[in-house]
Amino acid sequence: MDLAVFLVQCLNAVQYGLLLFLVASGLTLIFGILGVINLAHGSFYMIGAYLAYALAPWAAAHLGGGFFTALLIGLVLSVAFGYVLEWAFVSYLYHRDHLQQVLMTYGLILVFEELRSILAGDDVHGVPPPSWLAGSIPLGHVMTYPVYRLFMSGVCVVVALGLYAIIARTRLGMAIRAGASNREMVQALGVDIRFLYRIVFAAGVALAVLAGMIAAPVSSVYPGMGNQVLIVSFVVVVIGGIGSIRGALVASLLVGFVDTFGNVLIPQVAGVLVYVLMAAVLLWRPEGLFRAG
Amino acid sequence: MKHRHRTDSAVAPLGLALVALAVFPFLGGQFYVDLVQTTMILSIFALSLELLVGTTGLVSFGHAAFFGIAAYATALLSPQADAPSLAWLLPAVLAATALAAAVIGAFSLRTRGVYFIMVTLAFAQMAYYVFHDTKLAGGSDGIYLYVKPVLAIGNFTLLDLASAHTFYYATLCALVAVYMLLALVKRSRFGHALAGIRANEQRMRAAGYSTYPYKLAAFVLAGTLAGVAGFLQAVKDGFVNPEMLAWHQSGAVLLMVILGGIGSLRGAVVGAFLFVLLKELFQSEALFGGFARHWQLPLGLTIIACVALMPNGVVAMPARLRRMRTPVPHAG
Repeated sequence: MDLAVFLVQCLNAVQYGLLLFLVASGLTLIFGILGVINLAHGSFYMIGAYLAYALAPWAAAHLGGGFFTALLIGLVLSVAFGYVLEWAFVSYLYHRDHLQQVLMTYGLILVFEELRSILAGDDVHGVPPPSWLAGSIPLGHVMTYPVYRLFMSGVCVVVALGLYAIIARTRLGMAIRAGASNREMVQALGVDIRFLYRIVFAAGVALAVLAGMIAAPVSSVYPGMGNQVLIVSFVVVVIGGIGSIRGALVASLLVGFVDTFGNVLIPQVAGVLVYVLMAAVLLWRPEGLFRAG
Repeated sequence: MKHRHRTDSAVAPLGLALVALAVFPFLGGQFYVDLVQTTMILSIFALSLELLVGTTGLVSFGHAAFFGIAAYATALLSPQADAPSLAWLLPAVLAATALAAAVIGAFSLRTRGVYFIMVTLAFAQMAYYVFHDTKLAGGSDGIYLYVKPVLAIGNFTLLDLASAHTFYYATLCALVAVYMLLALVKRSRFGHALAGIRANEQRMRAAGYSTYPYKLAAFVLAGTLAGVAGFLQAVKDGFVNPEMLAWHQSGAVLLMVILGGIGSLRGAVVGAFLFVLLKELFQSEALFGGFARHWQLPLGLTIIACVALMPNGVVAMPARLRRMRTPVPHAG
C-alpha cells in the first residue's frame, strides 16, 4: 500500500468513524441520561437520509436554497419530532424494565420502516451533493479525494466540539451531567427533569437525523439502512462504555479504522472484524473503554 | 424460595391443546396443517428463549443466531444425494449449536443488563455476516437441503421426515419433549438457582453461588434447544438463508415470549401461536387488500399497544381482569 492509498483510506476511516460518532453519541446520551435503550435510533438515521432525499429538491424549487436549506429544515423538523416522540412514547418507558423498552422501540422500528415504504417506496435513490462540494482534490499523482467527504468530516468535528462545549461548559450541560448521575437530587434542586429529558431525547434524534442527512449523498438512501447503522452503533457504545461521549468518540474512530482497513486488507472477513474487536474489548474490559462515572 | 404449584389448573388446558394438535392433521387443510407445524417449530424456539428471558432474567436479543446456525449446520452436514440418518445428524447439529452458544455466551455473559442486550444482538449480527458475506454456504442466496433425514435400523425405516405426516408428528413430539424438559429444569435445583439469579443476582452470589457457570449453562441449553427448532425449520423448508439469523427473527421470538407472558412455559407457546395468528391476519389480502404488503405497520402498532396496555402478557390477562372485578386490598 503506497502512501497516497494509505492516506485516502485514513481519511475514509476518519470520515466513517465520525459519522458513526454522530449516531452513537445520541444513543449513548439517551441511555446514559434517560436510562432508555433505544432500538429505534437507527430509524432516525434512515429518516434523516430520506429527509435529505425528499427536502433537497423541494427546497431548491420553493425556497431557492439547496442542500443547506434542506439540512436546516431537516434539523428543525427532527428536534420537533424527537420532542413529540419523547412525549408520546418514550416517557412511558422510564420506569419500565429494559425488556419493555426493547419491545416498544422495536415496534417503533417496524412502524417507521413501513411508513418509509408507504411514503417513499422500496427503491434505492441517489442524492446529489451540493454542486460546489461535488469536486475532488488531487492526492499524490493518481489519487483524488472527494470534497464532499471532507465536508462531512468537518461537519462531524464541529458537532463533536459543540457537543463537548455544551456538556462541559454550559448550565444546561451541567444539569444534564447532574441528571445522569442522580435524577431525584436534580429534581429536588428545582430542575425540570421532564423538560431536560425531552431536550436530551430531541437532541439525540437530531444528531442521528443530521448524520443521515449528510450521509445521504455518499451512501444513497435505501430500505434497511438504519438497522445496519444501529447495530454498528451498539458495538461502538459497548466498546466506548455506555453513557460516555468521549468513549463513543474513541470507539467510533476505532471501529472506523478497523472496518475501513479490514475491507482493504482482508476483505474476506471484513464484515466480522468489528465484532471481533468488540469481543476483544469485552475480554479486556467488560464495561467498555471509558466507563461513565 | 417461594414457588407456586399450579399443576392442577394447568394440566387440563395443556392436555386439550395437545389433543387438538394431535388430531389437527385429520381436520385442517394442507395450508393450515403447514401453518400449525411452523407454529410448533416457533413454539420450540420461543420456549428456548423463555428459559433465558423468563427464568433467568437474561434478555437476549440475538437468539436467532442459534436457530440459524443449527439450520445451516443441518444443510451443511447433510450429504448431497443420500438421506442422512437422524441418529447422527441431529446430535451433530445440536453439538455444533451448543458449541456456538458456549462461545457467544462466554463473551456475552461477561456483561449484564443493557450491555447484554446489545452484545447478543451484535454477535448474532456477526453470525449473520459470516453466512451472508462468505462463500461458506452460498452467501446471501442461501443453501438447499436436498434429501430429508431418516431414522432407520438396518433396512427398516422407523421415521422418514420426507413424509409430511410423519414430520408433523415428529415436530409435535419435539415440542412436547422440549416443554417437558424445560418444566423439569424449572423445578430442578438448577432451575431454582436460575430463578434466584433473576430475582437478585447479588444475593445469589452472597449465598455462595458462582452465578456465571449457571448463566452459561442456561445460555448453552437455550441455544441448543433453539437449535432443535432451527433443525426442524431447515428440514421443513429444505432451504436455509441468512434471513433465519437476521435480527428481525430475534425480535420476533422475543416478542412471542412477551406476548404470551413472561415467566411461564405456556406463555411462550401461546405467544408463538398469537404471533403467527397476528402475522397471518395482517398479511391477509382478503382483509387488508393491497395494504397487506405493509403488514409490519399494524404489527408494530400492536407491539406498542401491548407494551403500553399489558405489561405481563396475555397469559396474565384473566388474573388481571379478575383482580379488576374483585378489589382485594392485599392479594397474596
